Amino acid sequence: MRKIDTCGMSCPQPVLMTKKALEETPEGIEVVVDNNTAKANVSRFMKHTGYQVTVQEMGEHYIIVGEKSK
Amino acid sequence: MEGKRGIVLTGTTVGIISVLLVYFGNPANMGFCIACFIRDIAGAIGLHRAPVVQYIRPEIIGLVLGAFIMSKKRKEFQATGGSSPMTRFVLSIFVMIGALVFLGCPLRMVLRIGGGDLNALVGLAGFIAGTGVGVFFLNKGFNLKRNYKISNMEGSIFPALNIGLLVLLLVSPAFLFFSETGPGASYAPMAIALGAGLIVGILAQRSRLCMVGGTRDMILFRDSYLLLGFVSVILSSGLLNMAFGFFELGFEGQPIAHTDGLWNFLGMAVVGWASVLLGGCPLRQLILAGEGNSDSAISVMGLLVGAAISHNFGLASSAAGPTANGQYAVGIGIVFLLMVSWKNAEFISKNILGKERA
Repeated sequence: MRKIDTCGMSCPQPVLMTKKALEETPEGIEVVVDNNTAKANVSRFMKHTGYQVTVQEMGEHYIIVGEKSK
Repeated sequence: MEGKRGIVLTGTTVGIISVLLVYFGNPANMGFCIACFIRDIAGAIGLHRAPVVQYIRPEIIGLVLGAFIMSKKRKEFQATGGSSPMTRFVLSIFVMIGALVFLGCPLRMVLRIGGGDLNALVGLAGFIAGTGVGVFFLNKGFNLKRNYKISNMEGSIFPALNIGLLVLLLVSPAFLFFSETGPGASYAPMAIALGAGLIVGILAQRSRLCMVGGTRDMILFRDSYLLLGFVSVILSSGLLNMAFGFFELGFEGQPIAHTDGLWNFLGMAVVGWASVLLGGCPLRQLILAGEGNSDSAISVMGLLVGAAISHNFGLASSAAGPTANGQYAVGIGIVFLLMVSWKNAEFISKNILGKERA
């Protein structure tokens, strides 16, 4: 699965990067974020656009996986 | 707190507390105004000498410390920095200049609408237009580059400075300036103002309330989350203003406002555009600065310096209307915003959008 790294980017860049990546890879992506705001915003965006979202905590980062809902 | 209920609760509480602050002594339609209050602080410490707008506003201290305490408690305090600090500093100077031409930050614009001030609707039109221009550049790849982890000490200096400011207010040494007349002399009792700031700081940290984020996310992603907070502030402050008899519908004779539509529009357009580039309105910058974000702390310093420049150079409007100098400054602001937007968008477009060109 394609992975994008949004660490260090401030609002709303993580969501913008997610949006661009999903336009190119509509079947699903993994997004690495490093703060709670980005975690909430990216998850909400993916849910709104019809993806199933799971969030894993990895130390200081979160990995958000969005897969196309069946 | 993460969901829609949280943001509506936050917006509603901000609206109610703002009207209560006016009831307890703050200037009309100015329960909260981040730009005005930072301007008052700039005056109190002598950075400008406009005698009617000098006071250390405890609301600001409360907002920062509320966000600091909450972020520490929730383990969300993150010391970060290094994302184009000088660009952010100057952008914030123009946020303040635009806000003082209009006479209010985005939060006060919303509260003015809730008070029936129709000039603020003209400001809102400008704000939406400016936000739209900012979003256009976001879609062209605009960003201010990434931030980096910094030491907790560096991230804690801004919250600590606010404790220093509180001590200054409590001690009130003779070298400070406090207004004897005008808006700077209208204030709620210190404990109430500080408590109000703390509550809003805590809620805003949790819900991420942001006045520019609401409009931006709606245009950019059709996401209504933050906009719900924006609308909740208008509704709750409007209803409570009516209950208290503070609500006055019209253009003329509105408190601490002027009726020059063009400059209300352009002032807020600069605020909206610059705030989108910064990633948040002045309220959000204060909250992020309390959470250890030193880029936002730099932005708040820009607002402080912008306030001093505005009053020292005669850029700030009054009830009589905008000044000629203020109009030139807004023009310079638009040129600066265009340059910053263009240069930072072009730079990234070579990387991110390269694929589309191929």
